[in-house]
Amino acid sequence: MSTMTREETEALIQEVLEVYPEKVRKDREKHLTVIDQDVAESKKCITSNRKSLPGVMTVRGCAYAGSKGVVWGPIKDMVHISHGPVGCGQYSRAGRRNYYVGATGINTFGTMNFTSDFQEKDIVFGGDKKLAKIMTEIEQLFPLNKGITVQSECPIGLIGDDIEAVAKKTIAEIKKPVVPVRCEGFRGVSQSLGHHIANDSIRDWVLDARDKTSFNGTPYDVTVIGDYNVGGDAWASRTLLEEMGLRVIAQWSGDGTLAEIENTPKAKLNLIHCYRSMNYISRHMEEKYNIPWMEYNFFGPTKIAESLRKIAAFFDDNIKANAERVIEKYTAEYEAVIAKYRPRLEGKRVMLYVGGLRPRHIIGAYEDLGMEVVGTGYEFAHNDDYDRTIAEMGNTTLIYDDITGYEFEEFVKKVKPDLIGSGIKEKYIFQKMGIPFRQMHSWDYSGPYHGYDGFAIFARDMDMTLNNPCWKKIRAPWLDGPSATAGAAA
Amino acid sequence: MPNVMIRAKPDGILLFYIAKKDLEEQIAHVERDTDAEWGGEVELTGGSRYYIDPISPRPSFPTTLRFKRV
Repeated sequence: MSTMTREETEALIQEVLEVYPEKVRKDREKHLTVIDQDVAESKKCITSNRKSLPGVMTVRGCAYAGSKGVVWGPIKDMVHISHGPVGCGQYSRAGRRNYYVGATGINTFGTMNFTSDFQEKDIVFGGDKKLAKIMTEIEQLFPLNKGITVQSECPIGLIGDDIEAVAKKTIAEIKKPVVPVRCEGFRGVSQSLGHHIANDSIRDWVLDARDKTSFNGTPYDVTVIGDYNVGGDAWASRTLLEEMGLRVIAQWSGDGTLAEIENTPKAKLNLIHCYRSMNYISRHMEEKYNIPWMEYNFFGPTKIAESLRKIAAFFDDNIKANAERVIEKYTAEYEAVIAKYRPRLEGKRVMLYVGGLRPRHIIGAYEDLGMEVVGTGYEFAHNDDYDRTIAEMGNTTLIYDDITGYEFEEFVKKVKPDLIGSGIKEKYIFQKMGIPFRQMHSWDYSGPYHGYDGFAIFARDMDMTLNNPCWKKIRAPWLDGPSATAGAAA
Repeated sequence: MPNVMIRAKPDGILLFYIAKKDLEEQIAHVERDTDAEWGGEVELTGGSRYYIDPISPRPSFPTTLRFKRV
């Protein structure tokens, strides 16, 4: 099927919505739309950040996932306690592949699972004593930890434990930062509120720790915020900034440390990759410390060059010249990548459904390879994300917010994309339908995808998936009619 | 009475941001906008209006202020 017109796409949305009861249809209708570049404000055409309806299949996470899994978890030299029953921590342990450097269990703790393992008696009598005890134990067993965070799971809020009081007591005892995070899973409608709560806890408990200490700063100090180093992404981004002559003084939070976070207010510019999860703290730093922030995009050479120039514009002519030099240096490299893969991928159509920044940021990388994104959507975006998305997309692109399992399947059956980029929960459904699929949360155990180095890997992965010969073997041979079977037998 | 963070975009246009409502909108018009004072009725591009008693002198942005809905 070639590109759909606006009327066809609108008709498709109505067709998919038809099976729902009227009340549900009315609600879901607001979350599905066709992009119209003339509408400057997304809230006129799409509703987002609303509670998922009971009974539909959503792929959203919870506030605990947003805080422990996304924002706090990758900070490598702190111990993050999953405070509550054992499952939440165990099933989310190390799944996100936030790479880091360090000796796990000695001075870094990223892939380990610390939990207070709540039992019935903790629910009945409260878990504060247990929490105090395990924090003392952690201090004894892992003396090189730089601090502890308490990531609340649902029961903590339900039984009303006072983790702030325990944290204050433990700070006095171990003389290290202890951060209580009220990120109980039931808060909010998705992981998005967890990001916000985690940002607020950094603001309230950590950020001003070194305000009075001196720092050997340079005029070129920047921070990389909202890059979680999935498969080494932050490293691929960091090298580009350093080649430009900037000094990256903090990584939030992939491969990041507590000291880096505390030093962030000394930066001259905050660079935000994931706007959704870290804009809160950037806004706070702009207000309190007068540090400007800007969003950048390191997916695909076109966007990288655009972003490098935009970053350089904050600094002097020397940095601007360096930015051009960096772009120049990698031109031959990425042109070779495009020359190799573009002919194999040209004209292929992609549907995305991920979270955070990717539904709009990756579009540039696909376009560099001659591919077209025909549908995109966010799990937990807010209106400001959709405002930013409209500018990136072509007219008549399908947009879906918090799409249900049923809707996604139906859209794919009708739109017939050549490739789908989404998460593990969608992967096997679509592979069984015979459609090439890439996990765009964890880069399907590959990566990095950021930066020029990442683009080469991205292009290779897309080609490897799309042009894999296995997709021709999905259909049983006898379904192709007698002639095909006869041919195969002969 | 929402808490609103006002910040200036690089091109000078003011953004009106309410974290709780994840509303980020441009300010279309401010009733009183001089060096001596800033405030009064504020109209956003979306048409909604808010009010704040004029502050003098003009605050430096970004800053968080408490507005009333009109």
